Order: sequence, then structure tokens, then C-alpha cells
Amino acid sequence: MAPTALLPRRADISSVAPEEAPDLTAAPEAIEAEVPPGVVAQTLGEFVRGYASRIRAGESGVLPVIVAMLAILVVFTIISPNHVFLSPVNLVNLFQQAAVIMVLAMAEGFALVLGEIDLSVGFVGAIGGAITVQLIQPITTNWNWIPAILAGLLVCTVFGLIQGTLITRLRLPSFIVTLAGFLIANGIFLKILLLGPFSGYPNLAGQSDNLAVIYHLMWGTIDPNVSWIGAGVVVVGVGLAIWLGDSRRRRSGLVAPPASLSLIKIGLIAAVAVVVVGISNTNRANLGTLEGVPWFIPIVLVVFGAWTILLERTKFGRYMYAIGGNPEAARRAGINVSLVRTLAFGLCSFTAGVAVILYASLLGGMSNNIQGGQYVLYAVAAAVIGGTSLFGGRGKPLHGVLGGLVIAGIYNGLYLQGISDVEWQYIVTGLVLLAAVVIDAVSRRGAASGSVTRV
Amino acid sequence: MQREMTAAVAQAPATDEPLLKVRELDKHFGPVQALYHVDLDLPAGKVTALAGDNGAGKSVLTKCIAGIYQPDHGQIFWQGQPVHIRSARDSAHLGIEVVYQDLALADNLDIVQNMFLGRERLRNQLLDEDSMERSAGETLASLRVTTVRSIRQPVASLSGGQRQSVAVAKAVMWNSKLVIMDEPTAALGVVQTRQVLDLIKRLRDRGLAVMVISHNLTDVFEVADRIAVLYLGRLVVQADASKFSLQRVVEYMTTGGSSGADRATSKES
Repeated sequence: MAPTALLPRRADISSVAPEEAPDLTAAPEAIEAEVPPGVVAQTLGEFVRGYASRIRAGESGVLPVIVAMLAILVVFTIISPNHVFLSPVNLVNLFQQAAVIMVLAMAEGFALVLGEIDLSVGFVGAIGGAITVQLIQPITTNWNWIPAILAGLLVCTVFGLIQGTLITRLRLPSFIVTLAGFLIANGIFLKILLLGPFSGYPNLAGQSDNLAVIYHLMWGTIDPNVSWIGAGVVVVGVGLAIWLGDSRRRRSGLVAPPASLSLIKIGLIAAVAVVVVGISNTNRANLGTLEGVPWFIPIVLVVFGAWTILLERTKFGRYMYAIGGNPEAARRAGINVSLVRTLAFGLCSFTAGVAVILYASLLGGMSNNIQGGQYVLYAVAAAVIGGTSLFGGRGKPLHGVLGGLVIAGIYNGLYLQGISDVEWQYIVTGLVLLAAVVIDAVSRRGAASGSVTRV
Repeated sequence: MQREMTAAVAQAPATDEPLLKVRELDKHFGPVQALYHVDLDLPAGKVTALAGDNGAGKSVLTKCIAGIYQPDHGQIFWQGQPVHIRSARDSAHLGIEVVYQDLALADNLDIVQNMFLGRERLRNQLLDEDSMERSAGETLASLRVTTVRSIRQPVASLSGGQRQSVAVAKAVMWNSKLVIMDEPTAALGVVQTRQVLDLIKRLRDRGLAVMVISHNLTDVFEVADRIAVLYLGRLVVQADASKFSLQRVVEYMTTGGSSGADRATSKES
């Protein structure tokens, strides 16, 4: 051990170059801001303070989209004629318009979480929609609606898996591959429309049971009483899961939000359910009755719930986030990165198929004027407005749902103002998307500069 | 439970056979001979420092041990038995964990998620977060990594030393017997370097074999029990740290020879 005496002591080094040794204590507030408040807060007050400091640092989560939703609600309610924006009939319309965008945004979320993009979702989904609608036509194939939908979704999934394979195995940029996919899918979609006699608008309902089922996806309603019971079951189920999970974690000393926060979360879910069911159960017809929760709401909820569980509670989801955050770390951890990424593109296209089948139901059929290109942009915009990062590693199905509401709110509100010109819808939606991307980039830069001070 | 086993198993061969022996290892990339007849011993319960200038072959040797590269010739012995390490999975299966310089942590995941990345525990097909969080917390506590505010905070919010600690904790959680650390202190400040060096000593005290690859000779002398020097792909010397002076190690690193070292020794005396 003699030679150690010859060595400079560590203390000497620190006295030589203290400025080269920045300490973590140098920027405590930056670190503070990056710790999710739900993770360290013991009380509600601590949570609120932690959340506030995160917002100041640009890590605002879903707050901007909630603010945007409230702003849209208030502004359009005030300026719309007779405050018709807030009427139940209009709000259900709004949900209907939002449903397609929400599901498409959840589809896009699979690509965005990986730090990729899928430009083809609109027309790949359209292939699925067209196949389903063609297969159930009574005068041609006359399939049952279940296999018809499965066939449409299967083709979408295969298309997505092929794109994913090209992107991962040949290491091609997803932007280019899915741009090519966008054009190819557009062509295939038009070909499929030309295959059968049906390519347009005769109303789906009433011609056959299978056509009626597809039509009712968007236009059918659930009995009001059943709606309440269903909502009750969902709220109690989800609420119990949250409460039991959180209190078990609190008891065993694991990281858990304070009880008051769990209760607020459950309360919010219950409030949303009551509002949505309450609006839907109001009679919306001018003549006769039209009431009850439309079928698309549970359909969107199922997609939302399934993808939330997949992303947050399964290995696959964990690997998605790991790859989006640091693909090299994921690879070294033994994760089959190519497989996960390929599957993600398959799931993206599958979900896009669900979205466009809903769209087909909304339109009462598939036609060649589906705006597949525009819908891609709405999907990306909705996901990003909702809080999904364009740079990968951050994003949830919830973001697509909230962002979809914002986009549909703008669309719907402008329409009520008599501004049905697409120019204005494009411009306003574009501006909102720009705002969302700015928030995303600024919050990211805030986090990055925080890291620099700590290295 | 796993950790106690680790310590028990790893301590057994500490007295006689080195945990890992590399014999006559050759590796070339095209015309470039990256490693030439390398012999290296990594005994359990000891910190072995691998020193060498840039391009000396430190990373290549590490990657051969970790199974990322396949050696052209030579043999690796694990607890006295010849082994073929063909993949990172093979090395992990033996109990070899590498903490890479860039740490291989995902910034957007929290500490628990990072520590279990790729080896998540499941219950009913879903992630068993409670069990993983408990084990991760126990491992961090046993390594006395106590400065993090919450085990559920994202790694992006950690300091450099804390990140290194998480990476090390991740490595030792898996019943590992040999931990290889690539430049563990390169990006750290003084306080954080202190944390990491203490952590390395704790691993050794648990009976693990530790190999530290470092440019920083001060850190090397601080923690190493043994020092091995690579020079242009050849392992020119390995011996107990007490046999070296800083100057001698530098001579070995820069010239590969002992002539310079003699001069250094004569100066000392």
C-alpha cells in the first residue's frame, strides 16, 4: 500500500478543479421539477406544489390540453348562436366527430411512443374499412359483419407488419416507408372500392342486418337505463381497482399517491362518466326520441382501456417505452427491439382499421373522398396536443382521447359559426398543432438543459 | 435472498481459482490485431483495474468477456471450467454483468423500471410492479444508495452519480458474480465519484469480482486490489496494486515496457 502515499489525495484534486466537478446540488429546483409529484408527495398539498413546480419547468403533462378543452368549451359556448355548442345534441355530435380522431390518434401513438411516425394510418385504415364494407354487401359477398370486420382489421395489421418489417429489418426511416405506404394504401383502397358495385352512399341501414350493425356502430344508441348501469359498472370497477391498488401500495410502504389523490382521481372518472351519460341520455331528437349512450362510446372506451393496459401493465408496453427512450439500452437489456417495433406498427395499423370502420359507419359507407391524408395529420395533432411526444418515449392512449376532443371541438365549433370552409379548419387546426409541438419541444428542452447542469 | 446466494457462491473460489480466467485470447478485425495472447485473471472478492491508453483493446477485451465479440483464439475459464460465451445472454447467465460507460439506462423510465428492464416479473401476465419495486428498493438499500428521493422517479431526474449507482444496482441484482464497469467515474464530479468508488468497494466486500476499466489512475489506485495494463492489444503486466506506482502504470500504458518503469523505480528510490 506504500505507493498510495505517492498519489495525490482526492481532496487535492477537488481543490485543483472544483469547477469541473459540478454537484447535483447545483440545480436542485431543476431536479425537483422532473420528479413526478405523484411519486414523492405524501399529502395533497405537496402534490399541488410539486405539480406547480413541474408546470413552471415546462413539464406540464395533460394540463395544456385540459386548458385547451375548457377554452374551446367556454369560447364556442359563448359565441355560438343560442349557445348551441353546449346543447346535448351538439355535444353528442362532437363526441361522434371526435371518436374517429381519438382512435386514429391512439393508433398513431404506437408509432410516436417509439419515436417514429406512421403517415399511412388514414389510408391503411381505409383499406380495412373498404374491405369490411364490401364484404357485407348483400348483393355480392354478403358476409356476416363479424368476419367482415376481422378480415378488414387483419389486412390492416398485415399491411402494418410489412411496413414495420421494412422499417426495422432494412433500417429504413419510418417517415419514408409509411409515406410510400400512404400512397400504396390509397391506391389499394381505391381498387377495393372498384371491386364491388358499392362505392358510395346508399344508406347502410335497413338493407341487411349486417349493414345495420355497421351503421349502428356510430348511430345506434344503448337504452338509457342500460347506459347508466354500464357506466356505473365501469366507474365502480375502475374506481375499485385504483383504490385497492393504491391502498395496498400505501400499506406495504411502496410509492403511492396520498389517499386524497386516489379519491380525486376516482371522483374525476365518475364525474366524466356522469357528464357523458347525462348528456347522451337527454332526448336529442326534434321529433320522437333519440336518447342513450351511442355505441361508439363503449367501443372507444374498449380500445382506450385495452391499449392503456397493454402499454402500462405488460412487458410489451414497457419495452415500447424503453425503446422510445433509449433503444440501445433496450437492446442491451436483451429486448428483441426489432420484434417490438414491428409489432407496434402492426398494432398501429390494426387500430387505424378500427378507426376507419367507425368512420365508414359515420359516413354510412366508404367512398373515394375519404380524406386519408388530412386524417393522418389530425391523428398526429391529436396525440401531440394530448401530450404525446414527437421525440419518442412519452405518450399514452389518454393523450389521443383528449387531443381528439380538442380537434373535434375546434372543427365542431367553427362549423357552428358557419365557418364550414375547410380553409379555416385547416388553419386553426394547424395553429393548434403548432402550439402543441412548441409545448412539447420547450418542455423537452427544459428537461435537456436540466440534465446538462447535472452531468 | 438472491444477493446472499451471490455472496456465498462468489466467495468460495476466492482463495484458489480466479473466478474468471482468460488465456491466450486473440481477436482481430480484418488486418487489425486488437488483442494478442491476452492472459487475465479476475479473482472474486477483488477489484481488478484494467488500464490502457485509447485503442489498447480494453473495450474489445470487455466485449469478448461479455459475449458481444467472439475471440478468434484462446479460452475463457469460468470457475475453472472452460466456457464459450456466445452472447450477452450467455454472459448474464453465468453471472457476468457489464455497466457500460453510457450506462444504458432509459431516461424516460423510472429507477425500478430500469433495474428490471428486460427481466420484468409478471403476475397473471401483467407486470408485478409491487414485487419489482420491493426488490429494487432492497437492492438499493443494501448498496446504501440512499440519496435518491424516490425509487419511482424517472432516471432523467437523477444526477450522474445516482445514475451510475442505479446502473450498478441493476447489475448486481441479478445474482451476478462478476461486474465489469467501463469508465465508471468518467463523467462524474468529486462527490459523485466518491459515491461510486465506495459502491465499488462494497461490491468487493460482498465477494463479487469487479473489473474496472478506467483512464483515471487516481481512481484506479483508490479502489483497485490488482492492476492489469493493456498496451496495443497485449496484456503487458498484471499484479497486485501494491506492486505499482502511478508512474510505473503510466509507463506501462504509454510504452508497454518495463524499461521506463525501471527508470521510474530508480527515481523513486
